[in-house]
Amino acid sequence: MIKFDNVSKRYGNGSVVVKSLNFETQEGELLVLIGPSGCGKTTTMKMINRLVPHSEGRITIGGKDVGSLDPVLLRRGIGYVIQQIGLFPHYTIEENIALIPRLNKWEERAVKERVRHLMDVVGLNPEAFAGRYPRELSGGQQQRVGVARALAANPDIILMDEPFGALDPLTREQLQDELLRIQSEMHKTVVFVTHDIDEALKLGDRIGVMRDGALLQLDTPDRLLTNPAHGFVEEFIGKKRIYQNPDYVPITDIMRDHPATTQPYRTAGMAVSFMRKHKTDTLIITDGGGGLLGIVSAYDLHSVGGDETLARIMKPVASVLADTATAKDALKMIGKTPLGVIPVVDGGGKVVGVVTRGSLLSFFANQWSEEDSIEK
Amino acid sequence: MRSEPLWAQIVQQLNMRWPDLLQALLQHVQLVIVSMLIAAAVGIPLGVLITRARSLEAPVLGVAGILQTIPSLALLGFMIPLFGIGIKTAIAALFLYSLLPIIRNTVTGINNVDAATLEAARGMGMTDSQILLKVQFPLALNVIMAGIRTATVINVGTATLAAFIGGGGLGDFIFIGISRNIDALVLIGAVPAALLALLFDRLLGILEKATAPAG
Repeated sequence: MIKFDNVSKRYGNGSVVVKSLNFETQEGELLVLIGPSGCGKTTTMKMINRLVPHSEGRITIGGKDVGSLDPVLLRRGIGYVIQQIGLFPHYTIEENIALIPRLNKWEERAVKERVRHLMDVVGLNPEAFAGRYPRELSGGQQQRVGVARALAANPDIILMDEPFGALDPLTREQLQDELLRIQSEMHKTVVFVTHDIDEALKLGDRIGVMRDGALLQLDTPDRLLTNPAHGFVEEFIGKKRIYQNPDYVPITDIMRDHPATTQPYRTAGMAVSFMRKHKTDTLIITDGGGGLLGIVSAYDLHSVGGDETLARIMKPVASVLADTATAKDALKMIGKTPLGVIPVVDGGGKVVGVVTRGSLLSFFANQWSEEDSIEK
Repeated sequence: MRSEPLWAQIVQQLNMRWPDLLQALLQHVQLVIVSMLIAAAVGIPLGVLITRARSLEAPVLGVAGILQTIPSLALLGFMIPLFGIGIKTAIAALFLYSLLPIIRNTVTGINNVDAATLEAARGMGMTDSQILLKVQFPLALNVIMAGIRTATVINVGTATLAAFIGGGGLGDFIFIGISRNIDALVLIGAVPAALLALLFDRLLGILEKATAPAG
């Protein structure tokens, strides 16, 4: 949809604020650009609607070079929402939203209808608000109007420059939720600039992390969290955030590799000495190829003779995790697991590890203590 | 005649000269209104222009400022070689004298429009002239009106000096009153001029309020 081809922005004094950017937005995706202040994210966004002209490379929208388009017509097709909102103070809410449709010479009845519809969409009662002036509205209400105004002429693309940055946390969250709801209905291509990583993770279909004018990584929130391609990305997102959300911790980070396994033809006596040797009270029973068959606990071995084979003693495994699972899956499962032991198997059904109550606990305990030591 | 009380002198002079007074008053109003209309017609576009071409701001405001510092009587004198003696000269001088407040307030009014509002306007795809006519000018209008009001009130006073170069107006009475040492004549010229200034101030004040941006 919007494509950056080796785009750079340098100013007359020689400073380069954006360095050969290459990326493309998908149609209908909400793409977040994030990074510390001065990283070039806002400049990148403003090059799309030519509020800032780019110096090198090509920016195309649906294949058309933005440089070849009339900037006014280009911008009419792109909604624009900014942090300072920038409503026209001398126009009513209705006139604010209706401005571009009127400039585009829509029929007056269609304009009125559009305004009412959009006010409903952004959660402002048209009866109560259409005739009011911006200063009579709270910041959150004003930015709702800002969003409605950007949607007015039904553009395919919306640019949002830290639109909720100046709002109080409660209002910000409300508007984020509304934006997600609106986006799920309208499927605009949204480029959203923020420096708030929580906002980025919540809203973004994909997130581009920028620093010093370069795009370090452009990926889905999940992949950004689990697979940061760059030390800075990891640092910027924060390890803490990752471990606060067990959704993002891969099970392979938690499980004990090389669990104590044995095969079903062994006897109970052998199993007891094996457990002693491995300092464990459960054994995973596998076939010759490492495939999961069952589980035996020390408790099961008490009541049987020493030469009973494990094949007769072992219990089927109630809970298994795939190696693609997350800590959250393990946490949900562990409470209902009889022995507190969950084998982890790979795609071929082969046992690759084991998660126990102990390993889960010590993993999260380690994260917290690490964090404490960092904060201190 | 000198021994009579001032009020009696005034009544007597008024009896004698009220048609002249009326004419002088109308002439005075004419001086003010014509020079102000020209000043507004020149000053507002000039003000708009220098908000767009920033390099012109310093020279234009500089020249208008210098004009303002020339003593009014001297300015009237400078005009004589150009326009001769009479009402045209007076109007030209009053026009130059009124430029600065109008230009300056136009610049201030337009520059005071919130940068975020302008960025939103541009980002939405408004053209420069749409931004000027639909956003900047309406939001600046009452500041511009305030400049016109200030200039007009000063103008009413300055216009009394037009009499010295044959421009007519209420200054005629003051001029004759001073030269013949008749206090009543001075007052007959000065009091209506003062009232006129107050009246203009009031009317333009109402207009200024009416042009304040809604909301």
